[in-house]
Amino acid sequence: MDVVVQIIVTTILASTPLILAATGELVVERSGVLNLGVEGMMLIGAVCAFVVTMETGSGTLGVFAGMIGGVVISLVFAVLTLVTLANQVATGLALTIFGIGCSALIGVNHVGRAYSGLPKLDIPGISDIPVLGPILFRHDPLVYVGVAMVAAVWWFLYRTKAGLVLRAVGESHDAAHAIGYPVVAIRFAAVAFGGAMSGLAGAHLSLAYTPMWQEQMSAGRGWIALALVVFATWRPWRVLLGAYVFGAMRMLELHGQSALSLNIPSQLFTMLPYVATIVVLVIISRDAMRVRASAPACLGQPFHPRG
Amino acid sequence: MTAAATRTPLLQLSGITKRYPGCLANDSVDLTVMPGEIHALLGENGAGKSTLVKTIYGVVQADAGEIRWRGEPITIASPNAARRLGIGMVFQHFSLFEGLTVLDNVALGLPGRSANRALAKEILEISRNYGLPLDPQREVHTLSVGERQRIEIVRCLLQDPQLLIMDEPTSVLTPQEVGELFRTLRTLSAEGRAILYISHKLQEIRDLCETATILRMGRVVANCDPRRETTSSLAQMMLGGELAPPGVAGDPSTAPPVLTIRGLSLASADRFGIDLEDIALDIRPGEVLGVAGVAGNGQIELLRALSGETVSDRPDAILFQGEPIGHLGPRARRARGLAVVPEERLGHAAVPAMSLVENALLTGYGPKRLLSAGMIRTGETRRYAESIVADFDVRTAGVGAAASSLSGGNLQKFVVGREILQEPKVLIASQPTWGVDAGAAGAIRRALRALAGRGTAVVVISQDLDELMEISDRIAVINVGRLSEPRPTRSVTVEEIGLLMGGVHGADAAPELVEAAQ
Repeated sequence: MDVVVQIIVTTILASTPLILAATGELVVERSGVLNLGVEGMMLIGAVCAFVVTMETGSGTLGVFAGMIGGVVISLVFAVLTLVTLANQVATGLALTIFGIGCSALIGVNHVGRAYSGLPKLDIPGISDIPVLGPILFRHDPLVYVGVAMVAAVWWFLYRTKAGLVLRAVGESHDAAHAIGYPVVAIRFAAVAFGGAMSGLAGAHLSLAYTPMWQEQMSAGRGWIALALVVFATWRPWRVLLGAYVFGAMRMLELHGQSALSLNIPSQLFTMLPYVATIVVLVIISRDAMRVRASAPACLGQPFHPRG
Repeated sequence: MTAAATRTPLLQLSGITKRYPGCLANDSVDLTVMPGEIHALLGENGAGKSTLVKTIYGVVQADAGEIRWRGEPITIASPNAARRLGIGMVFQHFSLFEGLTVLDNVALGLPGRSANRALAKEILEISRNYGLPLDPQREVHTLSVGERQRIEIVRCLLQDPQLLIMDEPTSVLTPQEVGELFRTLRTLSAEGRAILYISHKLQEIRDLCETATILRMGRVVANCDPRRETTSSLAQMMLGGELAPPGVAGDPSTAPPVLTIRGLSLASADRFGIDLEDIALDIRPGEVLGVAGVAGNGQIELLRALSGETVSDRPDAILFQGEPIGHLGPRARRARGLAVVPEERLGHAAVPAMSLVENALLTGYGPKRLLSAGMIRTGETRRYAESIVADFDVRTAGVGAAASSLSGGNLQKFVVGREILQEPKVLIASQPTWGVDAGAAGAIRRALRALAGRGTAVVVISQDLDELMEISDRIAVINVGRLSEPRPTRSVTVEEIGLLMGGVHGADAAPELVEAAQ
């Protein structure tokens, strides 16, 4: 029983950075911009959060620093792709490479230092309920922020006018421009939001998941987040599901190897999360036509206003 | 309307001038629109109509001149400002979002409105009052072009506009839909709303409009009452010269067919596309065969099937001079003498960023022998491009200019000319005069007829019924991927074609329906 609870708790913890980063990227892509720099933005967020926390002693300040770091670097991307119309794919890849190097430079004096971790929720009585308590009520605040952001983004996209406008910009920037919506400004806001969310994901990594700083500590999670958005066909709740499946498989891999002690090559276990996530998301989006139709039609296309 | 002279004009433009690099789009244009008036804005492509309209709608700022709205001088800084004043516009190319619903699309065009039930109710109300049937919950990609246009009109009407600008609204409608649209526009005019109606279809303007302003080369050349003019007098004012007489449709050819299509069925690869079903057609040397139909009924798919961009798994579905070619791709078909002019000029017919010389090479390298051991014969290629430019009166800075630098009409003349000069055995042209001014359209039609006169089989796929009636020997209609039996143009009426376009097929058409239309 304890093992199961442990697996669920760690699954939720491991999924949170993916949920945060993928939800941010979902909004960016819904506005028609493809930012492949999630990995880089996460690293910048992680290092900013960790350094500020260590220097000030405040985890809250650290979280905000992570978000600001993500926003600043995402705005570099926004200026290059939306103002100077640089290629989005190339710029996004460059952003990741830049993020890896820049975060290593910022964090060079902090490698190996330890942080106690963000405080966990602790409601006397409720947090101590067996099974439910640890699973639901004993996490760090960012875990709840992640789930809340999925709900908030869903509500924003499908229930508000501003969300409709954002989807419309991603669907056809020319039509949106013709009606009079500020396409570039809306995309700037979306990219900055994506930067903040990636920064938050990084902050969760360096302050809660593994409270320390290490070069390239995001270990490909930015790329997983990008893939989640596509396989989730740009829908917020599916991103949440995909992230949990990935996290669960990751934990099964760790616990399973020791618990089952089967004679299976460890590489197969390492592959499991990736395979399982792809299988689950492919099953829920098996209608290929649907996927193509739900992709924002202007994704990755540069916008030149004509008048 | 007798009191019109004493009332304040709704919109008054004076001395509007707009200069673009290298051209004067509007040269001190004056225009007065009275409340409740249906006012035609007439002119060739490049005459400055769209620039003028964009100025009124706030998309473009004039370099000089004054705009008065109900007598007050104003500046219209943006489309939002225009809409706040009470100016609505229905674009020729709809600014709609394919993946969103009708309701979403309407909400997007209305500042401060959300896609909620109240709005859906208003849409239904307006669509009832003005005869514009529309379901708010449908996704746009499932709608016909006529229905899409209704979204735009409803969106404008929800803002209670005093001036409605319609940019070539009938170019994509069936004759029946045109009738419905005109009824709606007359209702609006009777309510006191003014309509600025842009078109190059002269007959429509005579049927609908009370006043016409005619533009040529950016200047106003005439103001008139189109009901008192004839189509040819309007055309003369617009063109500043006589229209050459149209080619006369001849008797159907009886020569053995050069291209035979039997049982051609193809599923569309595009989710929003149309499947072709059991297409059968004989195309004979020396004839022009017209394929009519409302846009989005399989024209694109038919062109791709004939050009070889989509291949059939049955080689004998298409026979070229008896040889099965259904499985062959575009290069193999071109090598046999089957040339194609696709509808989309930039990106399909021509590479936008490449020069005219390079674009000439792209389809002409075989028939015009422009290659030598794999090397381009640059001199020959250049002369070929120059001959297209000279023979088809393509207005360009030179054959080194990029295809994208040409105006739509001039590029169309170039791509049609490029294929015609190769003297193909079969030429398939889709929308050869789409968006082309009347003078150039006439030249293209004459060139196509002349090509048929030299023994080429010509297929013209077009939504312009007048054009097909003018140049085709036989005419067939495509509707939801099915092609009707071609009939000699001389023995078919526009009404019959209209019914076929609307989905009433010859075989299943109730006889009384056909009679009622006649």
